[in-house]
Amino acid sequence: MERRRFLSKFMSIAASATVVSGFFKRAVARTDGYDPKGHYYGMGIQIDKCIGCGKCVEACKEENNVPKEPFFFRTWVERYVIKKDGETSVQNTDMRIERSNEVFTERDILRSFFVPKLCNQCDNPPCVQVCPVGATFKTEDGVILVDDERCVGCRYCIQACPYGARYLHPERETADKCTFCYHRITKGMLPACVEVCPSQARIFGDVKSSASPLGRFKRMNKLHVLKPSLNTEPKVSYSGLDGEVR
Amino acid sequence: MFLQKMPDALKRVLAVFVLVAAAAVLVRVVLPASLTDSRLHIKSTVEREMAHPVRYAGSEACADCHEEYKVKQGGYHKNLSCETCHGAAKEHSENPSELKPKLPRMREFCAGCHTYNPSRPSGFPQVNPAAHNPLKVCVECHNPHDPKPTRTPQECSACHAEIARTKELSPHAQLECTNCHTVPQEHKLAPRSVRAGIPSERSFCGKCHSKDSGRKEAPKVDFLTHGEKYLCWQCHYPHMPEVQ
Repeated sequence: MERRRFLSKFMSIAASATVVSGFFKRAVARTDGYDPKGHYYGMGIQIDKCIGCGKCVEACKEENNVPKEPFFFRTWVERYVIKKDGETSVQNTDMRIERSNEVFTERDILRSFFVPKLCNQCDNPPCVQVCPVGATFKTEDGVILVDDERCVGCRYCIQACPYGARYLHPERETADKCTFCYHRITKGMLPACVEVCPSQARIFGDVKSSASPLGRFKRMNKLHVLKPSLNTEPKVSYSGLDGEVR
Repeated sequence: MFLQKMPDALKRVLAVFVLVAAAAVLVRVVLPASLTDSRLHIKSTVEREMAHPVRYAGSEACADCHEEYKVKQGGYHKNLSCETCHGAAKEHSENPSELKPKLPRMREFCAGCHTYNPSRPSGFPQVNPAAHNPLKVCVECHNPHDPKPTRTPQECSACHAEIARTKELSPHAQLECTNCHTVPQEHKLAPRSVRAGIPSERSFCGKCHSKDSGRKEAPKVDFLTHGEKYLCWQCHYPHMPEVQ
């Protein structure tokens, strides 16, 4: 009798534990009807379409509560001026072109263009490797996120990022970066910067899908990524990128 | 008594082993899973990211109510999202009567994109705001949903300002653009699909610059010996030919 009662209790506990753990595993795998397994996100940037208006920077700050001061950016636009004497100058357009302090006369310019920059969502991210508390990680759909409750603000990742894509949020004191507007893309919307770009210089989509604007961009252009020698394998690719761009 | 018999070294090893086991139990059993399981903290971060409020509604949201959307579809601004100019409007789409989006009418707003800047891609419409009707508001002449030049420009410099300025200072200043370029009427209406023609033969430049040309003031070269492999413009920029 004793033994039978024990066995039946044991079996019921084991059964409920199986059910609970199964539920737990499923809960970990998916969230709110969005399945990250089917996606792997990337971006294409057409240098010769960017007009340097800074709408993307403005929209990013608005959408993601990035501090308005001109030191904090999840995305920013650089103006490259290569002068006839061979000297290259780079400025952050800082949302307003007029504010650029250096003035170039057309005669001095050999070539000049704008380069929008953001987190490259590297496939082999150095920032994730260096985080001592595991606060930054790559999601299943290929986006690098920061857990701001776990981040201790040590700035290692900011140092490790070869693209300067991270900053320390001045109020939260945690690392912050571009998330490809994760809250938007998981709802099927475009990232804010892509949404507002007036000249379609930015193209967002799934890197694996060929029937998409990003697929077309990858077929129709000669592509390049920033700092390929570092083997970070960026998922942001550029067309028309000049050799002077660092 | 069992412990007393044991050598000291073994006791210490045992103590270390017990400590390690206790630490493992602490991490695996005692501490809550949220502190140790990386899957859980990744999941909670992803959930927090996804719960972030959306501010930009996306241009499809505007088409349901606003007629202007159709007007915009036909013009040069067809690829602009409404929120590029009107600002984040998710709140407006949820409460259309009370929360109105931005309505930028200042010259500075249009100038943000359309001020001349040598870094901008050529062909993008740019003006010098100081010289272009300085006291007028842009929307007085140009409908922002279907922006056009107020009249079809007659002179080439309206679009090719940089070339025109260069040419003005060059020995070719006196030549009309049409002297060398064939310009179909349609080029003025659809500049990108109908292109202007450029001279494709050396003999075209030779009309003035060859030895037997009647033009006295033009510098002469011997077309038989001078760079016979190339078209003239491959070495000399015709809007600013070098003078030696």
